[in-house]
Amino acid sequence: MIRFILGKLLYLVPTFLGVTIVAFGFVRVLPGDPVLLMAGERGISPERYQQLLEQLGYDQPIWRQYLDFLGRLFQGDLGESLVTKSPVLHEFLTLFPATVELAICAILLATLIGIPAGVLAAVKRGSWFDQISMGAALIGYSMPIFWWGLLLIILFSGILAWTPVSGRISLLYYFPEVTGFMLIDSLLSGQDGAFGSAVAHLILPTIVLATIPLAVIARQTRSAMLEVMGEDYVRTARAKGLPWRRVVGVHALRNAMIPVVTTIGLQIGVLMAGAILTETIFSWPGIGKWMVDSIFRRDYPAVQGGLLLIAAVVMAVNLIVDLLYGLINPRIRHV
Amino acid sequence: MTTYSKLLMSAALCLAAVGAEAKTLVYCSEGSPEGFDPAPYTAGTTFDASSRPVYNRLVEFEKGTTNVIPGLAESWEVSEDGLQYTFHLRPGVTFHTTEWFTPTRELNADDVIFSFERQRDEANPWHQYTAGISYEYFNSMDMGSLIENIEKVDDLTVRFHLTRPEAPFLANLAMDFASIMSKEYADQLEAEGRMADLNQQPVGTGPFQFVAYQQDAVIRYHSNPTYWNGQQPIDDLVFAITTDPAVRLQKLQAGECQIMPYPAPADIEAIRADGNLTLMEQPGLNVAYMAYNTQMPPFDNPQVRRALNMAINKQAIIDAVFQGTGEVAKNPIPPTMWSYNDEVQDDPYDPDAARKMLEEAGVSDLSMKVWAMPVQRPYMPNARRTAELIQEDFAKVGVDVEIVSYEWGEYLERSSATDRDGAVILGWTGDNGDPDNFLGVLLSCAGVGEANRAQWCNEEFTDLINQAKTTSDQDGRAELYRQAQVIFKQEAPWATIAHSTVFMPMSNKVQGYIMSPLGSHQFDGVDIAE
Repeated sequence: MIRFILGKLLYLVPTFLGVTIVAFGFVRVLPGDPVLLMAGERGISPERYQQLLEQLGYDQPIWRQYLDFLGRLFQGDLGESLVTKSPVLHEFLTLFPATVELAICAILLATLIGIPAGVLAAVKRGSWFDQISMGAALIGYSMPIFWWGLLLIILFSGILAWTPVSGRISLLYYFPEVTGFMLIDSLLSGQDGAFGSAVAHLILPTIVLATIPLAVIARQTRSAMLEVMGEDYVRTARAKGLPWRRVVGVHALRNAMIPVVTTIGLQIGVLMAGAILTETIFSWPGIGKWMVDSIFRRDYPAVQGGLLLIAAVVMAVNLIVDLLYGLINPRIRHV
Repeated sequence: MTTYSKLLMSAALCLAAVGAEAKTLVYCSEGSPEGFDPAPYTAGTTFDASSRPVYNRLVEFEKGTTNVIPGLAESWEVSEDGLQYTFHLRPGVTFHTTEWFTPTRELNADDVIFSFERQRDEANPWHQYTAGISYEYFNSMDMGSLIENIEKVDDLTVRFHLTRPEAPFLANLAMDFASIMSKEYADQLEAEGRMADLNQQPVGTGPFQFVAYQQDAVIRYHSNPTYWNGQQPIDDLVFAITTDPAVRLQKLQAGECQIMPYPAPADIEAIRADGNLTLMEQPGLNVAYMAYNTQMPPFDNPQVRRALNMAINKQAIIDAVFQGTGEVAKNPIPPTMWSYNDEVQDDPYDPDAARKMLEEAGVSDLSMKVWAMPVQRPYMPNARRTAELIQEDFAKVGVDVEIVSYEWGEYLERSSATDRDGAVILGWTGDNGDPDNFLGVLLSCAGVGEANRAQWCNEEFTDLINQAKTTSDQDGRAELYRQAQVIFKQEAPWATIAHSTVFMPMSNKVQGYIMSPLGSHQFDGVDIAE
């Protein structure tokens, strides 16, 4: 098992180096630069433009800029945002808990509903439940997030007034950030109603962000279950006279979970992409929205630092999923 | 400061607000501020959150107008030659007492000198107090070469010596970059080795004092209990950052905020129909235009430019693109600006005459590029659609148009080039309400290769602008600008397209809000009905 883990870790090194190149190159490939955007309609004289580029170090050859970036990176320095002048790592860490909180809630919702729905649809194949749930999954999968979010806001916050429109907690509550996770901090604050307010604010964004992963997980679970249910060992288990529940819940489900766990792991990337839109529409102060703003401002250090950190998180999650995979399916460890 | 002390601080402030019923105004702002030191930035969103609530300037814009009135300076004198401005500071003004700073003295000349020297003098330790900082507004208003030095006459008197007479100087001092900072606070930050906090924990003299900022989410202010211009009707001011205009409106309708900027044009009718909301509107201090490159044939011929202008159906653009939220522009400055020349006649929309004029000018089978900006701006909701309408109009007079667009930064750069081809759609929003800020920046010879996208250098026009700039009497200046507008119309370096309308929806409970023609959003004097 240790060799398996070490082998996986070793793979990460070249991947991470590749990511540094992509993260560094990405913003620089985009046309326009931060100085021009800052100057706006007013324009800027060539002399002043040159002066500002020099001041920011962007007059250097690109390879030297990359090596500087790499050198500072190994000292744990991601640089300062060109816009806010704050350290990129600090900004990321300030905003990241909000994204993680939302992503965890979304993936939990997607898993807790998606897997049972998939199993049920597979077991009752062709039933009205199968038809409706898989139809709904298809719609959910193809729903434009922005439109879906706005629709929910108009219905639940506007017309029915059940949920707040946006933000993480009512503005009435104001307490210090301890963990950055609003659900925990609101409990720690001891203020009456703070936790309830935080939960209420989480509902709609969680639903919106969970929609696509939920659809994917449900469909994946259904098809994996159908495949496994046709296997000989399932028939044998049934022939042995094992209770139906045990056959489905243990023999079939455990084997069907292998591709499903992989799918859930892959959804982390999808969640990050979905977070950008979800956070924008729900004014959720997370890294998705921050990345979009940084890209529009061509804030090179923020974009490259942010991309790198997000990639690191996704890689870490995938590593964990790989390890879990090994746990579920012992054969994989030896491959 | 720790988060706990921030909390204690805000708790203390809330208690000070007497009783449990603190009056709070929530503003659904459109974006995050870049920082809280206004000088290094140029974005209105940043100024709304920093310079407007927290700081004051020597002189201020009178609310709802572009008139310059006393601010931290009670009065001032200008020398005969226009080279010396002497300001008499208001006595008894104090900076905010916050958890991170307690002032020991009142505002004095040192604060004023510090506020400008840090932007002007590269050797000043505060010039580069954090990496990569620069003072683009100060630079682009040419303040560096304009101010020769700043002299402390006594504690409450400060004198600016200028290198040349410059009439818009006073209006420049009312701009956000000229906000007055506390030298004492800066000294304290320097001594404690945390200079960068000047941009995170602002201390000013303004109507509201900064309490806390949760990045990309909420900014909290409390009313300044010792404000020199009177106590605020509300206790707390909160900015709830909400980037999407449709979501802002939902929040406003749900009562999660009481006032918001920049509604989507498509929502205007729904807002008008909502009995709980009030919609304030005002002509924006802006212009949308299409600039020909007057250095490249055939656009070097004014007759060709005028002919093309006559081929554009501007009302159709107002109806289709601005959806009625704008008016046709005939001058390069908006009608709300002093010196606007209403006697100027706009070129009529007359395709037949336009075609004839083009023939007379010897232009046939003309193919040209029209540049459409890739972004929405306050003066232009949809440049691509505008370009398409112009393309149709020009086709009617036999001119073939290819629409081009680039990424925004690149668009701005390429459109500045003197050898650029075709006509560029762009616009401008006024900085300080002075006509020079439009006519001088966008159309004088000095702007060629930069903000003057028509690359138009007309000596007669530029002479008038320069003369107006050094004339101190406003009536005299207005007359010179009026003449300049006549020349502009004859020479037609631009097709002037539109002046857009700015909207501000708010709850019916909001009282005393005044829209700024300069587009800033400020909340001093605003109250909420119970």
